[in-house]
Formats: sequence, C-alpha cells, structure tokens
Amino acid sequence: MTAERLFPPASVVRTSDTPRSPPVATEPVLVTVQRGERRLRLASLVTFVLLWQLAASLADSRTLPDPLAVLARIGAETASLALPAHLAVTLGRVAAAFAVAMLAGALVGMAMGRWRRVDAFLDAWLVLGLNIPALVTIILCYVWFGLNDWAAILAVAINKIPTVVVTVREGARAVDPRLLEVARAYRLPWRTTFLRVYLPQLVPYLMAAARAGLSLVWKIVLVVELLGRSEGVGFQLNVLFQFFDITGILAYTLVFAVVVLAAEGWVLRPLERRLTGWRG
Amino acid sequence: MLDIRVDAKRYPERGGRPHLALSALQMTVQRGEFVCVVGPSGCGKSTLLNIVGGLDRAFEGRVTMGGGFPEDVGFMFQEPRLMPWSSVLDNVLLVARGGERARLKARALELLRAMALGEVLDAYPGRLSGGMMRRVALARAFVNEPALLLMDEPFVSLDSPTADRLRAMLLAQWQRCGASVLFVTHDLREALTLADRVCFLSPAPGRVVLEFAVDLPRPRARAGAQLERLHAALLADHPELLAGLPAAQGDVTEGRPVA
Repeated sequence: MTAERLFPPASVVRTSDTPRSPPVATEPVLVTVQRGERRLRLASLVTFVLLWQLAASLADSRTLPDPLAVLARIGAETASLALPAHLAVTLGRVAAAFAVAMLAGALVGMAMGRWRRVDAFLDAWLVLGLNIPALVTIILCYVWFGLNDWAAILAVAINKIPTVVVTVREGARAVDPRLLEVARAYRLPWRTTFLRVYLPQLVPYLMAAARAGLSLVWKIVLVVELLGRSEGVGFQLNVLFQFFDITGILAYTLVFAVVVLAAEGWVLRPLERRLTGWRG
Repeated sequence: MLDIRVDAKRYPERGGRPHLALSALQMTVQRGEFVCVVGPSGCGKSTLLNIVGGLDRAFEGRVTMGGGFPEDVGFMFQEPRLMPWSSVLDNVLLVARGGERARLKARALELLRAMALGEVLDAYPGRLSGGMMRRVALARAFVNEPALLLMDEPFVSLDSPTADRLRAMLLAQWQRCGASVLFVTHDLREALTLADRVCFLSPAPGRVVLEFAVDLPRPRARAGAQLERLHAALLADHPELLAGLPAAQGDVTEGRPVA
C-alpha cells in the first residue's frame, strides 16, 4: 500500500470556502440518452400512423378514413379558409379563458395560502368548484349571461379556476418566511418584495398550473362552442357530426391538437426553462 | 447613537403561560461603535436583533436612533438567506438603494470584488460554497453603507480559517464605512476579537448583566496571547456569568447546532 492511498491528495481537502465543483462528464451521457429518446419518440409516431393506416384499410372508409384522406381534407379546409377562421376564433377563446383563469386562480390561491382566515372562508367554495361538472357551469353561464362570447369564456374560466387555486395555494403555503424577512429587514418596497422575493418562489407552481390548465381549457372550450356558439372548432365539429363527416372531424381535431401541443412545447416549456434555469 | 430599551418581550406559548424572553434590557451603541452581544443559548439574543431590525414590533419599550426607529439598516442572518433565483450581483443589487442604477451597480461591484467574488458575479448562489455565500450576504449588508449593521451569529458553522477571513473582511468594511454594529454571538473569543465593547446577557428573560470594553489594538489575533489573557481574566472574574457559554469550554465553534 502506498502513502497516496492513505491520504487524500491536497486538492481534495475542502474548507467551506471551496466552491462546489460543477458536475463533470455527465453531459455526453445526457446527450446520448436524449438522442436515443428522440429516436424512440419518432418510432412511436410512425407506429401510430401505420396502425391507423392498417385499421383504416380493414374498416369501412366512411367510419375511419386513412391518414392521407385526413391530410388531404386539412389541405382543402385550409385552402377554403374555413379551418383557419374557426381555429382562430377558438384559439382566441382559449387564450382569453386561460388568461382569466390563471390570473383569478393565482390571486385567490395566493390569498388562501397566505391568510388562514381567507382559506377557511373559501375552502368550501373551492371544493364545490372542483366538483361541479363542466357541463353544469356552461349551461348556467349561457342561461344567466346569454349566448355570447363573454358567457363562453367565463364558463371555461370558472371550470379552470379551482384547480389553479389548489396548485397556487400549495405554493403560497411553501413560501420561505426567512426570505421574506430579508425583504423586511432591508425595507424593500412591497412591489420589489412581491416581484423578486415572493413570486419567484411560486414559479414552479404557476408553471404546473399553466400546463395542466392549457390541456383542460382547450377541451372544455370545444364543449362550450358546441353548446352555444355559431363559430369555432367546437361548433364546426358538431356540424360535421350532423353530416357524419368523420374525415372532417379528424382533420379539425388533428390540427387543433397540433397547435395546442406546439403552444405548450414552444411557449410554455421554454418559458419554464428560462424561469427555473437557476436550478440547473 | 442607537438607544435600546426593551421593558418586556413576551412570546405567547401554546397551552401554557407566555414566555418572557427579554426584560428590562437597556443598552446603547455609539455612532461607529462595534458592540457584541454575548449570552447563553435561548437568552433572547436573536429576539433582540429582530426587535432592533424592525422584524418584530410586538414588544414593550423603545428603540431609537437619531430621533426615530432605525431604518437605515443592514442585516446579516445566521444563514446567508440569498435569493437562489438571482445571481450574486443581483442579490446585492436587490437591496441597494439611494442613487441611480449605474452608481449602485458600481458600488456593488466594488464590494463584491473586495470580497474576492469578482469571478462569480453571474453565478447562482446554489453553485457557491458556504463561505462564498456568507461573503455575498456580507456584501449585501454593506452595499447601502448603512448607519446600523445588525449581525445574528453570521459566521457559525464555518470552519475557522473561513470564519477568520470573513471577520477580517467585516472589520475592513466596517472601518471603511463607519457603521454602528450590533453583533450577536455565543462565542466569547469571537466577541473579544471583534468588539469595542461586549454586552453580556443573562439567561432568559435576557437583560444586560455586564458591559466590558475591549481595550486591545486591532487587528487582534484570535489565538493571540493578549486575547487569551483577557479571556482567562474574564472567566476568572465572572465565572457565574459565563457558565452558560460554550466558549468557556474552549474553541469549538464548528458543527454546533444553532439555537
């Protein structure tokens, strides 16, 4: 046995003033894993399309058209501008309802997480809101506020708000009081305290609420449009259903799903990565 | 001059009678003076700092500095308490005030470089060592050149070379900006190394039971002969006073749980 094995080399001795060394050599491994995963995802997509094609060739082409027929239909609907128009209207409603739900849900959630009395007062309402079927809210909004866009957006937002509240309340309860003490000790103005000490602690919760929210909102918007609007993807799906036009239904569904997935992948996820970059 | 008078500070205790943390506590800190507060665990040292720092307003008494409650304050806590989502520079700039942005930034940069943090200005605190995080917290405390600096055992759980380095940086900045300092510690040697005057608190309910002026020239070596003589003399003269202090058992500042 040599002396080197008995004593650690000098560079290993650490005081609390030695900076933590960043992780080394994990990056190439990570890249390989990511590349492998990407290939797997592509294979999954190809398999899905092939299974669809197989099922379509076995089934009646009226009940299940093949992928190429749907693709051709998307082209035709786009050329006639019907699809872009309906899509734009629906996306507008999704955005409005999403914004209203996030804002209201975040404010109520922060208040409930911060003050126990507010929490005690609103908790029963929250349970009620979480359990009311979406359909009931939609019908009531149309009955009370008329068959208009405001009622439609409000109905969607009301369905979404309770889940945002629950998530944000969780975050507000987990806020570190010691960091808020720093803000008080240094007499920071409330705006600075809110934006740079309080809100950053809620970011992971807000992002979770936003991602879950987007997927819920765009599903409910279609129901709202089906029940009481005369334009939008939901309305159009209903018309196509009346004519038993499965190709059309699949064409609209596919485009809409792709747009929402793109919004999540190209807007929400990069935003989250930017806001939580300090963890990495 | 900082004038502290706490007639009583009670904590409501769940299920029992209220706990009296401080009682009839009176002390002053002259302008530019470095005062250490030493006392056994649980004697209300942190409570005292929270009161003077304006974090705890529910007490009977009065704290004044230049006619009003001290507002121009820097605060260093037991833990660094940096914002993990802000870079080193942004953590210091977060609390900086009193001037346009460019001037504040120049001041923050100068401080951080003086604390040998010039290489990690854009790093997030999670990447730093414990000692580096304390240095950022120290820079943050000085960036406004406050009239009063409150420090709550800021160097506990550091190894002694690192703590010594931080103490030297603290003294250098204090001598440069001339703040009054109220420094809480349970380590008598640390107090004797740093302070112009040491105030000893009694066990709870805490009040000042002895004030001791440290008449040694700076810089003082923590293990120097003069300081050792002073330390031994204090222990001999006031054994009952310091019985509760861990410093009486020798230099064991590392790894002790923080009360």
